[in-house]
Amino acid sequence: MDITIHASSLPHDDPDASLVFYRDTLGFEVRSDVGKGKMRWITVGPAGQPGTSILLAPPAADPGVTEDERRTIAEMMAKGTYGWILLATRNLDATFAKVQASDAEVVQEPTEQPYGIRDCAFRDPAGNLVRIQELR
Amino acid sequence: MCHPAWGRALTAAQRLNDLARLRRVRDRIDREYAQPLNVEELARSVHMSAGHLSRQFRLAYGEPPYAYLMTRRIERAMALLRRGDLSVTEAGFDQWAGGHPSSRLCTTSAMTVVTTLSTAPASGGAPPRPANSRCPAPISVSASVSTSASAAMRPISRSMVR
Repeated sequence: MDITIHASSLPHDDPDASLVFYRDTLGFEVRSDVGKGKMRWITVGPAGQPGTSILLAPPAADPGVTEDERRTIAEMMAKGTYGWILLATRNLDATFAKVQASDAEVVQEPTEQPYGIRDCAFRDPAGNLVRIQELR
Repeated sequence: MCHPAWGRALTAAQRLNDLARLRRVRDRIDREYAQPLNVEELARSVHMSAGHLSRQFRLAYGEPPYAYLMTRRIERAMALLRRGDLSVTEAGFDQWAGGHPSSRLCTTSAMTVVTTLSTAPASGGAPPRPANSRCPAPISVSASVSTSASAAMRPISRSMVR
């Protein structure tokens, strides 16, 4: 078996705002951008790591999702309980300073956790929790 | 005249906007739980009345903001106690009161929670937060850790702060 983790998706509700966050604030490269309006699928990822991407996708695009489910997903995104991702960096403090300098919402300053890691957390523009862990 | 569908769309947009404001309050509690926080100030920061914030927060997250704050502080105190180098009093006063040792919290049942926990058998390094918590379990944590202690403790702390 030779399987890589190729891409994982996060929902957006304003594709342009999400694009700005992942491209300009986190510094990811944009690998593809298809669709229009709210129905856009944007693939981003860290430079130098072409094998791993995040797909920023419209939530509940599957036609099998009912109207009620669609509303629930939108509400969970707004209240911040739907999508999340765990990233990692060798330089947590510089990363935190850069993200904090943008208009991203800070959820947690770099913190030494009792379970042995150091991390910080932000919200992306769609309300997804972006947790960034220090590699050491 | 306004088309009925526009009215519905506006209501839905307003609802999502309100939920996003509740999210900011909740994130702020997570970020500043060790500071002195009160519901009036939290409500002002998102342009809501304290009563409205408490009701809406409870509808969205299952408990009012003050109870959520207490839950966070107790979780933190429990984590400090598990670390093992602080006494119950130090963990409680350091984390809960936001610099106010006279805080109601220090003298109420919440103290009992940690006192109870501190006399419970050692957890063996159990993850500090349960699987349904918004804080993900750390990837680097050992696969052999026991979750029984945190699973057993969670209902105690939840019920005590309500």
